[in-house]
Amino acid sequence: MTKVYTMGEVKVHALRGVDITLLASEFLVLLGPSGSGKSTLLNILGGLDVPTEGRVTYRGRDLSSADDATRTDYRRHHVGFVFQFYNLIPSLTAKENVALVTEIATDPLPAAEALRIVGLGDRMNHFPAQMSGGEQQRVAIARAIAKRPDVLLCDEPTGALDISTGVLVLEAIERINRELGTATAVITHNAAVSDIADRVVQLSDGRIVADKRNSDKIPANQLRW
Amino acid sequence: MQALNRKLFRDLWRIKGQGLAISMVIGVGVLTYIMYLSTFDSLQATREAYYERQRFADVFASLKRAPLLLSERIRSIPGVSQAETRVVVDVTLDVEGMEEPATGRLISIPEIRREILNDIVLSHGRYLDPGRPDEVIASEGFAQAHGLRPGDSIKAIINGRRRQLDIVGVGLSPEFVYVIRAGELIPDDARFGVFWMGRQALAAAFDMEGGFNDVALSLMPGARAESVIEDLDTLLRPYGGWGAIPQSLQLSNWSVENELKGLEAVGRVVPVIFLGVAAFLLHVVLRRIVTVQREQIATLKALGYPNRHIGLHYTYWALAISVGGALVGTVAGAWLGRQMLGMYNQYFRFPNVAYHLESEVVAGAIAIAIAAGIFGAMSAVRDAVRLQPAEAMRPKPPSTYRKSLAERIGLQRILSQPARIVLRNIERQPVRALISVGGIACSLAILIGGVFGLDSMDVMMDIQFELAQRQDLQVTFAEPVSPSGVHALNRLPGVMTAEPVRSAPVRFRSEQRARQLAITGLPSMTELYRVMDVMDLEQMPLPPEGIVLSASLAKVLDVVPGSPVTVEVLVGRRPIRETVVAAIVHEYMGLSAYMEIDAMRRLLGEGGSLSGGYLKVDTERLPELFQAIKETPAIAGSTLRRAALDSFNDTFAENIGIMIFFNVLFASIIAFGVVYNAARVSLAERSRELASLRVMGFTRAEISSILLGELGVLTLLALPLGMLLGYGLSLMMVSAFETELYSIPFSANPRTYAWCSLAILIATAVSGLLVRRKLDHLDLLEVLKAKE
Repeated sequence: MTKVYTMGEVKVHALRGVDITLLASEFLVLLGPSGSGKSTLLNILGGLDVPTEGRVTYRGRDLSSADDATRTDYRRHHVGFVFQFYNLIPSLTAKENVALVTEIATDPLPAAEALRIVGLGDRMNHFPAQMSGGEQQRVAIARAIAKRPDVLLCDEPTGALDISTGVLVLEAIERINRELGTATAVITHNAAVSDIADRVVQLSDGRIVADKRNSDKIPANQLRW
Repeated sequence: MQALNRKLFRDLWRIKGQGLAISMVIGVGVLTYIMYLSTFDSLQATREAYYERQRFADVFASLKRAPLLLSERIRSIPGVSQAETRVVVDVTLDVEGMEEPATGRLISIPEIRREILNDIVLSHGRYLDPGRPDEVIASEGFAQAHGLRPGDSIKAIINGRRRQLDIVGVGLSPEFVYVIRAGELIPDDARFGVFWMGRQALAAAFDMEGGFNDVALSLMPGARAESVIEDLDTLLRPYGGWGAIPQSLQLSNWSVENELKGLEAVGRVVPVIFLGVAAFLLHVVLRRIVTVQREQIATLKALGYPNRHIGLHYTYWALAISVGGALVGTVAGAWLGRQMLGMYNQYFRFPNVAYHLESEVVAGAIAIAIAAGIFGAMSAVRDAVRLQPAEAMRPKPPSTYRKSLAERIGLQRILSQPARIVLRNIERQPVRALISVGGIACSLAILIGGVFGLDSMDVMMDIQFELAQRQDLQVTFAEPVSPSGVHALNRLPGVMTAEPVRSAPVRFRSEQRARQLAITGLPSMTELYRVMDVMDLEQMPLPPEGIVLSASLAKVLDVVPGSPVTVEVLVGRRPIRETVVAAIVHEYMGLSAYMEIDAMRRLLGEGGSLSGGYLKVDTERLPELFQAIKETPAIAGSTLRRAALDSFNDTFAENIGIMIFFNVLFASIIAFGVVYNAARVSLAERSRELASLRVMGFTRAEISSILLGELGVLTLLALPLGMLLGYGLSLMMVSAFETELYSIPFSANPRTYAWCSLAILIATAVSGLLVRRKLDHLDLLEVLKAKE
């Protein structure tokens, strides 16, 4: 697929022909410098956006030609998102941010449980402004996994974090992938992160330049960068 | 939706200042709606119940004298249900402690109480004792004005003899809800009173035994008043009937009706303005909130929230603000409605006025508040729904700016960097700037619309009492007298000038339209009572032929200068004449018709009679003059100009002051709401930019001047526009509130416009300072860290 969008007065070719399959319970890392089209790809996989050309299917359902309501439904029941800047609602506490999702999902995890999974059982009633970046990002992960998603999409989840906090966040993501069997795609420009993936896809200038299986997968807590 | 609702409450709390400002504007709109319409409903319901309970008549007629036998024939007119014949006479009263004479209207009632039409309600004392002919029941207004109670007495000049009337009761009648003499502008309780007296006693005093000179009818359900009036007039014509009138034209009822119409008009126009402004404020604030929260909205969409939930979420914002305002406005409106009803009860004499707040009025108020809320939220909701999540996730491209007009035409050298920022900002969002200018202009317009009434009142008073009615005293004869009457008036003590007047009741007909009224006959040019045209403020010389009508009467009759009019004279030989509308004169109060006095006499078919006079007197000798008037039986009544003015100032002016105070208060609320919101919105939009400037070393004062400078520029642009809108609004109100009873003079006093503009500037400055305090607490790092 390809994607062209207009930003201000400039036309941006974000994707110039990408063909990719994300398998169930797979842990995929998307590598690439900024501007390589990673976020665009992730947005399309998550049903937030549609390609300019080409097709996207989820378990046989065509997402690229689906209307907004169908894509909303897809996101609501199947996709968990984690954003680089957390995107928490500032006026809601950690628990309430997670509840945003559990209230509209079918068969979700309890909000408290989701927060315990990411190690924030004791910070549930804090507002985003009262938490560190790593904590906020883990709230975002808890929010993403609380619906027991089939697909977990993370856009630079560690981008705004220091190394030890980043590892904590990656551990949480890895654990979801392992324990819930959630197909996971993590965007990063940090090559070291690819060591914890099953598969590493490299993007550059809107094209896939490498697609490798990682035979020496290591746990997140052994990561160094 | 729970978590979303919690977000709603906390977000609302965060913008509480702005929310409150908008709520107040909505509250004021609802308040005015409730206040005016509940007062209207209460008066309406009170009036209906009162008329029904006291059997207010459907048709009224006065005549010279008819034998009682005629009453049987009146009762047999098809459609008549009940007929009440009476004796009604106006007399001069000599009230203790008051130099000038007062006028008393004596109305006969049966000595033994039975259910009559226009029945009185006793508020104090008792009904008449059949054995005591001097007993009377006094009208409440007159009794209160003079501190009269049952047991007190009053002297009346009856047929040249001073007679003592003993007050045994104080009462009210549906015929005198608005107690005013024909031809006067203002009720004057001290100088005009109604007294109900036994039929026998009153008839004996005025040679009316076995006869009557007034009749009131009630009609059967479904009967047509017009045909009954026609039959009645035919019956009464040989007996000097003045022409019957339906209930709708009965003086008191007609005045009340017109006042109610005015009240309802205000109640339907004013709230719309307030709620319109509120909707517009909500529109600006909510769109801004949606812009600020675009990432949150994108996140919610990414999480799978459907558009419906998100749209509803932002609709609830508007509803919370508007319903909150509506509730406060309802409570305050009900309270003020009560006060207003009390105020009305100073001019309207109802036995007991109960305040009603109809649930439909409350429902209507809340419904229009909700409608304003939804209307205001619409475009913000549309923005939120249309927002593409993927796009919102990407950082927003820097806004496109360009050099401002001032710079493009070569003024950049004289503009500082901050000044350039101010100008470029205004130019970059011309629609937003226009909307802010419009909002501020609206508040100024409302302020002007609210206070121009003060100037109008001055204009009206000036014209009425300085230019038109320059006499000190007006006297009316009991019966028309010969031309020598003018000399007699001139000979009264202290009289410097006397001008004659001949007025007579007539019925005007023009095609299907008819109206009963008095024609005032005056010399062509006069010094005292002058026919003034309020358009050019010139005295209108009365033409030797034809009739001059006030514009309001011309409207009622649908005639223009040159139109033929049939005049049926209702006194004397009762000629029916064709005449022509010679001119139309614009006046503010009531309906009137004038003729040159000799033309008037020709119309009446009589010589040089006069019915009264306007006098200029030496005020030093007033007591002497009053004494003489009291002793002259030919003079039935007199009106002192100063007394009329005082009575106006006492009641009307004070209440108008209160109304204007509230108008100013309400307009200031709007001005503050608009300016404060505009400032907060631009602060929110620009905090990042302003913080960056602070980081670069700009002082607080410098960044304040950027933000407040923008506001200042917008306010200055808004003032002339606001004056223009205010001018238009005043014009609109003048025509909306015009009734047959009066029209408000249009006035655009530059001083008022200047004061109103100053008030808006103060409101701008105050809200600017409030926002400036926020600016001083700008957290630089926090602002820069957050992704815009």
